[in-house]
Amino acid sequence: MSESEYENLVNVDIKDQQDQNDEVAASSVIEETPGKVSKYAIRTEDLSVTFNKRIGISGITISIKPQTVTAIIGPSGCGKSTFLRSLNMMHDLNPKAEISGEIYINDVNILEFNTVELRKKVGMVFQKPNPFPTMSIYSNVVAGLTMNGINDKKLLNETVERCLIHAGLWNEVKDRLKSPAVSLSGGQQQRLCIARTIAVNPGIILMDEPTSALDPLSTLKIEELIYNLKSEYTIIIVTHNMQQAARISESTAFFYMGKLIEFSRTRRIFTNPHEKLTEEYITGKFG
Amino acid sequence: MSELENKKNNLEPDLQNEKVTSHEENSLDVNNHEEIKILEKTEIRSIFKNPENLRRRKVTNSIMISLCVAAGIITIIPLIYIFFYTTKSGLSSINLDLFTQLPKPVGETGGGLANGIVGTLILVGLGSLFGIPVGILAGIYVTEYSGGVFSTLVKFVTDVLSGIPSIIIGIFAYGVIVLPLQHFSAYAGGFALGILMIPTVTRITEEMLKLVPQTLREASLALGVSRWKTTLNIVLRTASSGIITGILLAIARVAGETAPLLFTSFGSSFWPSGLDQPIAALPVQIFNYAISPFDDWHRQAWAGAFVLIFIVFILNFIVRFITRNKLQS
Repeated sequence: MSESEYENLVNVDIKDQQDQNDEVAASSVIEETPGKVSKYAIRTEDLSVTFNKRIGISGITISIKPQTVTAIIGPSGCGKSTFLRSLNMMHDLNPKAEISGEIYINDVNILEFNTVELRKKVGMVFQKPNPFPTMSIYSNVVAGLTMNGINDKKLLNETVERCLIHAGLWNEVKDRLKSPAVSLSGGQQQRLCIARTIAVNPGIILMDEPTSALDPLSTLKIEELIYNLKSEYTIIIVTHNMQQAARISESTAFFYMGKLIEFSRTRRIFTNPHEKLTEEYITGKFG
Repeated sequence: MSELENKKNNLEPDLQNEKVTSHEENSLDVNNHEEIKILEKTEIRSIFKNPENLRRRKVTNSIMISLCVAAGIITIIPLIYIFFYTTKSGLSSINLDLFTQLPKPVGETGGGLANGIVGTLILVGLGSLFGIPVGILAGIYVTEYSGGVFSTLVKFVTDVLSGIPSIIIGIFAYGVIVLPLQHFSAYAGGFALGILMIPTVTRITEEMLKLVPQTLREASLALGVSRWKTTLNIVLRTASSGIITGILLAIARVAGETAPLLFTSFGSSFWPSGLDQPIAALPVQIFNYAISPFDDWHRQAWAGAFVLIFIVFILNFIVRFITRNKLQS
């Protein structure tokens, strides 16, 4: 897919969104409370994270619609990753991190989830491809299932095929599913990691600079993949690459010094931002 | 500035300022460059046109290199010497009887160390059953679940424990197991060896787990896998080859221990009759034979030493072979 086609698709989508701007999004990804339509896949209220009393992010209030791609941009150290990692409680690993405020996933408060169950619904793709080095390609894809005790061979085979096709990796690896995952190239490894994430069927996928360690061609493939995944998943992507944000996202959030400066449709952010700070960052005056 | 550039600047007035600054920078660069060149010239002259200085530097260099080489040689010599001497003195006394026969009473020639070989294997097995799980679990605790004062304490105590002489560990096992049971036993010997293994295994496990990238733990947790499953299936598996090497080191170390067994398994001239009974051990037998006045026993002690080194070597080889296959599948 060429870049211009991309832009077109994104633009069309934004137009659609504008049309139904005030309507409640018709589709719903909520599973645990059937009949109830959740307007937002993710909603945070006054979310703050501090590390050892030092402020990581403060007062973030944001609402993200289901089945959209949201880009988070901002200079290094502005709290993009901190925000992203608070959405699947990854800060639990750091005893010095303290979180205040509220996070709702499909209108359910994050605190009502068991952490493990929450992470099954909110998947994550990391900056550097990190397949499990001791496992084969096959085992990597279904790692989330097998480690939780699912051993039905037929189901596993189906999952591997479905997820690898979904991640656009099937044709490249179908003849060597049993070879070690680390034998793949960096770009392939990252697509494998995405396949691994969608194998547990999360409604939301968080991506922390998923292409920053990859070459332009692999980046393009991942972007295509993100674009295709949008129909089924809510995706939040942290990126340093503003062109990337413009290419793949419907809405963009600009973070600066731990605060959410502006959050609106991507096209608006890049053509006519409301805040002066956003404009300065996008035009390269700082950051 | 050429006409074309002028035009360009008129078209893009914003860029003009930048252009000028970059121009300034360039000219500054050139100045710096010349200064550096001058500096370089003087430096080079001082280094290469001054033969005394150069000679002094060369001499220092060769002295330091020879010191390093000497240290390297001193490191290898004991090992080569031990291998050479044990083989030379022990190999001639190696025969089938050594591996199949019990020791003969004083005065009779022949006999073997079979009970000692079996006993050592049993003792090392018992020690491993106790020391390896405790060591690995302690290592996991310290790296994966640390943060409190207690884990710092565990780390510190492990370091101290690895420095305690093995004979003290033997006395400890004597006090804890032999005295209450009122007799020497294989259990007590295994317990002492196990305690000796703990610091090595803990330390190596800790170091190897630290090498596992944090992103792998996060990747697994992000899939909705619980903490203990992540530790077991991802962290431990990724670090397994390093941990196995550490276990081998620990086993090799305790297989040759004599001191902690003197008060615990005591030694015996017969086949092992039960784990709650005194049991023979190769190092103890070597010690007893070596301090005896009989030439025949001296020869057997050499043969025993050779066998001990050989057992450790084979153990290394087998474990490496098994784990290599496991990692590939």
